[in-house]
Amino acid sequence: MTALRELYQEVILDHNKNPRNFFKMADPDRKVDGYNPLCGDHYTVFLKFDKDLIKDISFEGAGCAISKASASVMSSVVKGKTIAEAEELFGRFHALVTGEADPLLEIDTLGKLAAFSGVSEFPARVKCASLPWHTLHAALSSKGYRISTE
Amino acid sequence: MKLTGKTHDIQVLEKSFDVWKVREDFPILSQQVNGKPLTYLDNAATSQKPQAVIDAMTRYYLEENSNIHRGVHFLSDKATQSYEAARVKTQKFLNAARPEEIINVRGTTEGINLVAQTYGRKNIGRGDEIIISAMEHHSNIVPWQMLCEEKGSILRVIPMNERGELLMDKYEKMLNERTKFVSVVHISNVLGTINPVKEMVELAHRRQIPVLLDGAQAVPHMKVDVRELDCDFYAFSAHKMYGPTGVGILYGKHDFLEAMPPYQGGGDMIKSVTFEKTIYGDLPHKFEAGTPNIAGGVGFGATIDYLDRIDFKTAVAHERELLAYATEKLTSIRGLRIIGTAQEKASVLSFELAGIHPHDIGTILDDDGIAIRTGHHCAQPVMKCFGIPATARASFAMYNVKEEIDALVRGIHRVIEVFT
Repeated sequence: MTALRELYQEVILDHNKNPRNFFKMADPDRKVDGYNPLCGDHYTVFLKFDKDLIKDISFEGAGCAISKASASVMSSVVKGKTIAEAEELFGRFHALVTGEADPLLEIDTLGKLAAFSGVSEFPARVKCASLPWHTLHAALSSKGYRISTE
Repeated sequence: MKLTGKTHDIQVLEKSFDVWKVREDFPILSQQVNGKPLTYLDNAATSQKPQAVIDAMTRYYLEENSNIHRGVHFLSDKATQSYEAARVKTQKFLNAARPEEIINVRGTTEGINLVAQTYGRKNIGRGDEIIISAMEHHSNIVPWQMLCEEKGSILRVIPMNERGELLMDKYEKMLNERTKFVSVVHISNVLGTINPVKEMVELAHRRQIPVLLDGAQAVPHMKVDVRELDCDFYAFSAHKMYGPTGVGILYGKHDFLEAMPPYQGGGDMIKSVTFEKTIYGDLPHKFEAGTPNIAGGVGFGATIDYLDRIDFKTAVAHERELLAYATEKLTSIRGLRIIGTAQEKASVLSFELAGIHPHDIGTILDDDGIAIRTGHHCAQPVMKCFGIPATARASFAMYNVKEEIDALVRGIHRVIEVFT
């Protein structure tokens, strides 16, 4: 039960139930779809930029509690960050959920993202947690504004 | 279960079905997962294997391993005999007319691809129609789509109702002079629906349209008689019926197979090869290029022997009882909806829980040692039809017991607890 409780922490259950920034943005600068073909999870991430600053971010779509909470927490933490800062967070988040990072060392600096440390005990769920981030990464690395991968 | 010996040389003394005895034949079932006894309810994905099958494959590698159909030495002869004996067992198991109507393939998927790529490419052209159903597994959709793309043919889909039953009147109207092939699933892997395939074959045959049945989920749960069904092709996998992975069977009526071009070219499928011309081998070898999964084939022969020794009729009745019990128990859980409520159903139970994604259900049940499948079950169009992204699916085999369904019900309550 302990590992399970570590996975389904309050933060995750809360963000799953009440996802933040969960809406379709009317006039995004970029919009990218992310799929997990293995399970059918699907999210769209919308972004608005001010130069290299992520001015606004939202998402919509459907998936499990882990992927939805991950998208919600991600949107909260990258809002107001620069593209470089967001990419750096992605790297650290990825290391956390794949078990490559020491969660105790990361816990202070990762904030809410640390709630996903339990995912590393469930290899089958790593893709759920990282799907929104991979989608964001695709959006950030595509060239020029108003690009959609659709 | 009493020891009965091989049915073909020893008189069957007594057949009986005792589920606890049957469980002892499957060593994997007695293990612990996450500190709990394993509750294996993912049988529609693959079933477990009895000791007899594992032993037969081990014995093959220990005592008989050799390549088949080519050596004059002792081992090659022995291996060939074991492998070909399995073909005859399969023929009898399906009540096929001749052993050469049994083509060994890797699984249901390869069986369907073989028919699409040989019969299909030869006989189906631009504007011709192929009929499948709304409840097909991807393996009975994509091979036909690939053919349609190449040939400019049209794929038509028999719709179903909200219970997951095919609309037979729509099917009947769909059959027309442009229809060149019908390929439908015998039992749905998501909904459990047992389709009225005999009637469907009959309707197609009135217009001389050949029919393939995808029997992957049917063979483990019912007696299949290909001559009674009168289907032209029947494809299934050994691993879903207590046999090894990597082994599948394509049954085809002799005249169809005879007229079809080969699937793959290579060794073992030829009579003679020169750089100018190759003469293909006779059935069934024409469709079996290269060294096959010999150990798997031998293991499948042992699977049929094993199923012969137990009382299959009672096993099927036991599965029906499990399905009825599980349906009743799960229906009483608040917020749970069963997907697939056909009148005629096999022991497959798909469900969704309000507000809880199937993946989360799967992870939490796994913590209790309960194995179910979650996701789209390689049937995305079925998910779309029911307006859901995925389901949780418990599927029962003859070795499951009511106690395991009770564990599942407790597990589902725990899932609900975590999310409230």
